[in-house]
Amino acid sequence: MPPDSNVAKKSDSPVRVEARHRVRLMLTCLCDIYFGEVGISTVKILEHLNCEVLFDKEQTCCGQPPYNAGDWSAARQVAGLTMRALLESEDPVVMPSASCAAMIREGYPVLYEGMMHPEVFELGEFLVHQLKIRSWPVTTANPPAKRRVAFHRACHGRGIGLTNEQEMLVGSLPWIQLVRIAQGEQCCGFGGAFCATHGAISAGIGMEKLHNIMKAGAEEIVSGDMGCLLHLDGLIKKNKLPLRTRHFAELLAEAIAP
Amino acid sequence: MKAKPVNHPAVEAFARQLAETTRDSVRATSVKVIESRKARLVDAFPDLEATRTQASQIKDFVLANISNLLSQLEMKCRLNGVQVHWAKDAESARKIILDICKEAAPDGGTIVKAKSMATEEIHLNKHLIDVGYNVVETDLGEFVVQIDNDTPSHIVAPIIHKNRREVAKSFEREGLGPYTESPEQLAAQARKHLRERFVEAKIGISGVNFAIAESGRLVLVENEGNSRLSTTAPDTHIAIMGLEKLLPSEADLPLFLKLLAGSATGQRMTVYTHLISGPRRKDEDDGPTAVHLVILDNGRSKVLNGPYKDILKCIRCGACSYVCPVYRQVSGHAYSHVYSGPLGAVLAPALEGIEALPELAKASTLCGACEEVCPVKIPIPRMLLQLRDEAMRKGVAENPIPWTLFTFGATSGLRWRTGLKMLPMARIAKHPLKDGWTEFRELPKKEGRDFRKWWNGRS
Ligand code: SF4
Repeated sequence: MPPDSNVAKKSDSPVRVEARHRVRLMLTCLCDIYFGEVGISTVKILEHLNCEVLFDKEQTCCGQPPYNAGDWSAARQVAGLTMRALLESEDPVVMPSASCAAMIREGYPVLYEGMMHPEVFELGEFLVHQLKIRSWPVTTANPPAKRRVAFHRACHGRGIGLTNEQEMLVGSLPWIQLVRIAQGEQCCGFGGAFCATHGAISAGIGMEKLHNIMKAGAEEIVSGDMGCLLHLDGLIKKNKLPLRTRHFAELLAEAIAP
Repeated sequence: MKAKPVNHPAVEAFARQLAETTRDSVRATSVKVIESRKARLVDAFPDLEATRTQASQIKDFVLANISNLLSQLEMKCRLNGVQVHWAKDAESARKIILDICKEAAPDGGTIVKAKSMATEEIHLNKHLIDVGYNVVETDLGEFVVQIDNDTPSHIVAPIIHKNRREVAKSFEREGLGPYTESPEQLAAQARKHLRERFVEAKIGISGVNFAIAESGRLVLVENEGNSRLSTTAPDTHIAIMGLEKLLPSEADLPLFLKLLAGSATGQRMTVYTHLISGPRRKDEDDGPTAVHLVILDNGRSKVLNGPYKDILKCIRCGACSYVCPVYRQVSGHAYSHVYSGPLGAVLAPALEGIEALPELAKASTLCGACEEVCPVKIPIPRMLLQLRDEAMRKGVAENPIPWTLFTFGATSGLRWRTGLKMLPMARIAKHPLKDGWTEFRELPKKEGRDFRKWWNGRS
């Protein structure tokens, strides 16, 4: 576990980013398929912080699904396309998923032994460590009502050394009250193809997580990875639980004046 | 029309028939240890991260220099009067131990045993009982496992899957005393029963937590005192260790003792730490007259030279199991091997070969909690992925998903965009993973705006 000095500290005054950055968006396949709003929110967030966002329409997927399933030859083919695109320019790549960022940083050097991975950032990581945002600059004139939110730290953040970055930004929104969940460090049970091949185990883990979240009195689950959200949302709907799921980028975008 | 029976992978099939009470027992202990573990280790080490790195590097050194260190250990042990035996596999280990037993107690009799996973690995008890010895497990948990004819469900906490009521019933059934659910009274009943076995035993068998190459000392840790009695009361002590259980020098010991106790049980130190330097000396009144050390290979040399080498750095603390979300749902028995949990999911196929356990590595979400708690920083998730790849390459694992279509779509921007347009149809199409998803979850629906449409509309 990271020593405390690594944990980003929250400060009170919002920081405005003066220098103009150019960043490339990697949308990720789940945003392409299901979570368009997360991609839109990501662009709004970056532009709000004075970044110029580029989007290469030829992009597809990082290759993690077959990689995790053990089909490394399929993974290499998909990763090859993404890597070539990523290496085309020097502008940093930002993506709203720690899982895909971990795939590129940790997985690519395994697939291509000893290779240097392209420079990629998870969104929260980029905001906190590159743009030095500690507290979200709220501009909306119509703040939503106060609500209790459980933040789920997606496990693949571990792979890229993420700690409380996303949580800190969400927690800085005046209308969000973060609740502490028991065994918060535990996985949600998604695990890619695992969630279908090992359905009972996956659902067991997920239901335990949801149970702990409801016990903490939250009405909304916020996380930074779409895999977790997809799986938890499926469980919530099947079991008709009084919970909803959101990506943290959507919450930050909500705070920006239209 | 009859529905096609679903073939669940072994761990999933096991989970589906597991009693909720078992899950509750496993979860309760796991949560408790993981919570105290962190507090204890953060308290014990000013920079836990650096400490784990240091421990990991010491173990790297051990693996890199293992032949030299083993020779050194053997030489020092011999100088200390410990007889050293090399066992290349389970069968030869059993034979070595049986020969020692025959010499020390030719007429059979009682053998007391302290907790040892290496003896579980070579199925020693059954073998000795078959030839007429009365083998008695003296660790409380292992004792319960033995009287219940069960197997350990966690490498440190063998009866993590049982609750107090179940233990109480077993004790009553065995006539160990009046029915009680009080842990103290249960322990007292076991102690009374076991004391007599310690007195009559001519042989004690134990494992080894650390063997120090520099001095030839064998280190054992425990909380109940039974290891002390098992290794000192009988005239003959046989210790068995996997060949990787080495530490280079005495100076390394304090670090590893604290890391092991903190990780395994959330303790500052275990109640007892035994440093065994050889048999009874001339001027000593007690202790065994003969000490044997059996060094077990049983597949380890092969692992040392392969991609899963790092798993041999393991110090058997069991923290990876306690923290593992899958382990908490399924218990150790689901792994169908002596070594369970994340450690077992790598070590078992590494030792036995991927053909023997081709699906085990897939029973993981790859969440990385195991690596995060591992005191020697073993990259378990990475090795689980390598095992999946090996199983796929060798064609020994089932591949539930044909990745060809996905790969075809994901290797061209144009095909990808065309595929995206066709996706709504996928909701009604058959997919190998669909049933596994919908059994527990609603199918996802696209909600809100489409990113690409929105982006194109802006420029
Ligand atoms: S792999 Fe690491 S955490 Fe698991 S038992 Fe071994 S040393 Fe402990």
